[in-house]
Amino acid sequence: MAVLDISQLDVRFDTPDGQIHAVRGVNLTIEAGECLGVVGESGSGKSQSFLAAMGLLARNGTAKGSVKLDGQEILNLPVAQLNALRGQSMTMIFQDPLTALTPHLRIGEQMAEVLSVHAGINGRAARSRSLEWLDKVRMPDAARRLGQFPHELSGGQRQRVMIAMAMLMQPRLLIADEPTTALDVTVQAEILDLMADLQRSENTAIALITHDMGVVARMCDRIEVMRHGSYVESGKADDIFYHPQHTYTRTLLDAMPRLDAPIAPPTRQTAPPIMTAKGIKVHFPIRLSGGLFGRRGVVRAVDGVDLEIRAGETLGLVGESGCGKSTLARALLQLIPPTDGQVTWMGKTLTNRRAAELKSCRQDLQIVFQDPVASLDPRMTIAASVAEPLLTHEPDLSPDARRGKVRDMLERVGLDHAMQNRYPHELSGGQNQRVGIARAMITRPKMIVCDEAVSALDVSVQAQILELLKDLRQEFDMSMIFISHDLSVVREVADRIMVLYLGRPVEIAPRDKIFDHAQHPYTQSLISAVPVPDPRAERSRTRLKLPGELPSVMTQGSQLRFLPSRADQVAYEPALQEVSPGHWVAEHDPIETILAPEKFG
Amino acid sequence: MAFAANAPSVAKGRSLWGDARIRYLRNRAAVLASCVLLLLVAFVLIGPIFAQYSIEEIDWGIMGQAAELGKPALANGHFFGADDLGRDLYARTLQGTTTSLMVGLIGASVALVVGTAYGAIAGYVGGRTDNIMMRIVDILLAIPSTLVIILLMVIFERSLIMIFIGLGLTGWLTMSRVVRGQTLSLMQREFVEAARASGVSDVMIIWRHILPNLLGVVIVYASILVPEMILAESFISFLGLGVQEPNTSLGALIAEGAGTMAYGTLWQLMIPLSFFMLTILCMFFIGDGLRDALDPKDR
Repeated sequence: MAVLDISQLDVRFDTPDGQIHAVRGVNLTIEAGECLGVVGESGSGKSQSFLAAMGLLARNGTAKGSVKLDGQEILNLPVAQLNALRGQSMTMIFQDPLTALTPHLRIGEQMAEVLSVHAGINGRAARSRSLEWLDKVRMPDAARRLGQFPHELSGGQRQRVMIAMAMLMQPRLLIADEPTTALDVTVQAEILDLMADLQRSENTAIALITHDMGVVARMCDRIEVMRHGSYVESGKADDIFYHPQHTYTRTLLDAMPRLDAPIAPPTRQTAPPIMTAKGIKVHFPIRLSGGLFGRRGVVRAVDGVDLEIRAGETLGLVGESGCGKSTLARALLQLIPPTDGQVTWMGKTLTNRRAAELKSCRQDLQIVFQDPVASLDPRMTIAASVAEPLLTHEPDLSPDARRGKVRDMLERVGLDHAMQNRYPHELSGGQNQRVGIARAMITRPKMIVCDEAVSALDVSVQAQILELLKDLRQEFDMSMIFISHDLSVVREVADRIMVLYLGRPVEIAPRDKIFDHAQHPYTQSLISAVPVPDPRAERSRTRLKLPGELPSVMTQGSQLRFLPSRADQVAYEPALQEVSPGHWVAEHDPIETILAPEKFG
Repeated sequence: MAFAANAPSVAKGRSLWGDARIRYLRNRAAVLASCVLLLLVAFVLIGPIFAQYSIEEIDWGIMGQAAELGKPALANGHFFGADDLGRDLYARTLQGTTTSLMVGLIGASVALVVGTAYGAIAGYVGGRTDNIMMRIVDILLAIPSTLVIILLMVIFERSLIMIFIGLGLTGWLTMSRVVRGQTLSLMQREFVEAARASGVSDVMIIWRHILPNLLGVVIVYASILVPEMILAESFISFLGLGVQEPNTSLGALIAEGAGTMAYGTLWQLMIPLSFFMLTILCMFFIGDGLRDALDPKDR
């Protein structure tokens, strides 16, 4: 008998704009020990169908149909009965592990609560059971974690705690709603491995809700593809990936950038540099606890970066969260004044200039942000937002000429000019990102920084925006700094790639060299952690796993993680060495030395 | 998104203010409140023409027997009745409402302008400037506002102007704190960074991006501030330091009415009180309506 059997599930929401039919008659079953992937883009109803099954719908939502857990009907049960099931027979883990944990309770207390409610286990017994599970989810230093608060853990550790909590009662079904979307690739790889292990050892059924075809390829036995509230295709993973029947499935698969896809050669490499940066450092003062007013400490967000960007070239900045890639880009644009170092733009020094002096350069240096909605003023129509740089840089333009330019630019980025009077909340994420690009392009800049510009978008939209950026780059002949945590996206656009690790570059090379002959162990581990939307390839791949968690910039000697042979020289800074023309790699020990656990820690 | 689908296809510009007006006019409660407030203002301006007595004239026939002879009536010319001294409550209520409305509106506007400017600058500039500016606010907040007003009244002459200055001096403090907090959180938003990246000057960022996004909070807070100002003025008048007799304000009238309500002259309390409540209720509805109207997300 199936663990979960959903038939004809229908979810509707009453909103002031009328009824929204979020899930339309969905059927699915999950067997014990099976991993079912539910794939779809945002708004496809994939999360809502499982929230309805758990009885967690928002108050304006109603669910109809039937949901059976082990043969027992659970849809629309009273809360008291549902509570007995939730946490015991079926559990859920969420995308953001920080908001899913109660901030003021210690990890041990949160875990003990589950045990006390469902099994009546308290005190020492609860503690040892919690500890057992923290060990099973491979939490480093598990005993100490029980006494810590959620904010003291890293994102990956928090997600481990969430999984341990969800598994405490050995549920029959684990619903994972985008469990790794908020995590870095290397951490994502570890969490996915962990879930796969649990699925095997505990025979837990897993429903994996995600938009990432790569994750699905790695984890799932069967896949359901969802769109507009109903399933468009379902079947075995291999069938879906290798013989997709529905056009939507094919679009999804094609839109997904992949590391193993053939790719056009990078553009020219010979133009003179238009921006050079030397020894860029950005240090933030922070307050540490201790003393009456606290001690002062320094976060070295960016710690000595040299780079140059040639005309028409795209430089990819890659690294995990906290590596300083966004800070570096902002320091280059003088949005954050660098603590040290010099930035030269077309022969002019940008550093240590006053805002008024920088104004003329801003016209040529623009930026596109990650969150398309947040980067637009909610109280301005999109036309007003796009026109703003013109008001600053071409104040003499007549209102009519300005409107004309805005209209042309909106049309150039693929927005109908009839939309120009809309506010950002009236547009979709992809449309808003087009507005963001139009605003950056309206002054015809010579260089544009894309800070995770496509990361918040659905895959199919992501592909369109990438295409638009590539076209514009060609048309306006501009340089680009493309920041992303997603290596497969960076591969699509970048000519050269710089890998950052804790504020320092560890490897700089032309794109193909990075992906084909990565030298630095960190780059290698990043590349090997990226999931590929191809189940067979995923099964046969071996991963390079670095031991331990990513150290913080605050930790002394963290820059020597890949150079354990010099661990005794705390202030030593690994230097960049040119291994072949244009390919620079930071000093590091051979990979065997780094993987040997006793040398690092 | 049904709303988005039928947007006009003509390429005509829309502005925040134009849209706000349309949205405001769609809000029935706010429109009704504005009408009531307008009627009230009109009544206060035109009403004195019909008054049979001035505010200080004492009707000797009624004095001392207000409970029996001073009832609200058309016949004796005291439309709202008379107070214990035999003065006409109609004239006095009108004059009191004028004073209170002026105190409330002018006081709140002063607090609004000064507080918003101060808070926005402190929050935007940040760092040491912010620290110094906010410590000044802390120190001023630590001085009881009534003390400041009383000192002003004692040192300078007692006049309406002094009440405005006094209330304005103290009212902006909390406003500036609210605004500073909001500014700080707005500064974190990417659209401010986007504006800086495209070279928009600091002044223009405050004007075009910070202030419009502050409006919601500021207006709601101001609509609470108006009744607060009216109440503060009443309290000062109650202490005998505010408006000087024979001039009066709603607060003073309510205080008088409350003192005599046990002697069968309930109208002396109820009439000024209804004017007071009507004003404040209108303010609340208008404030709410403005906030909703200025938020494009609201539908």
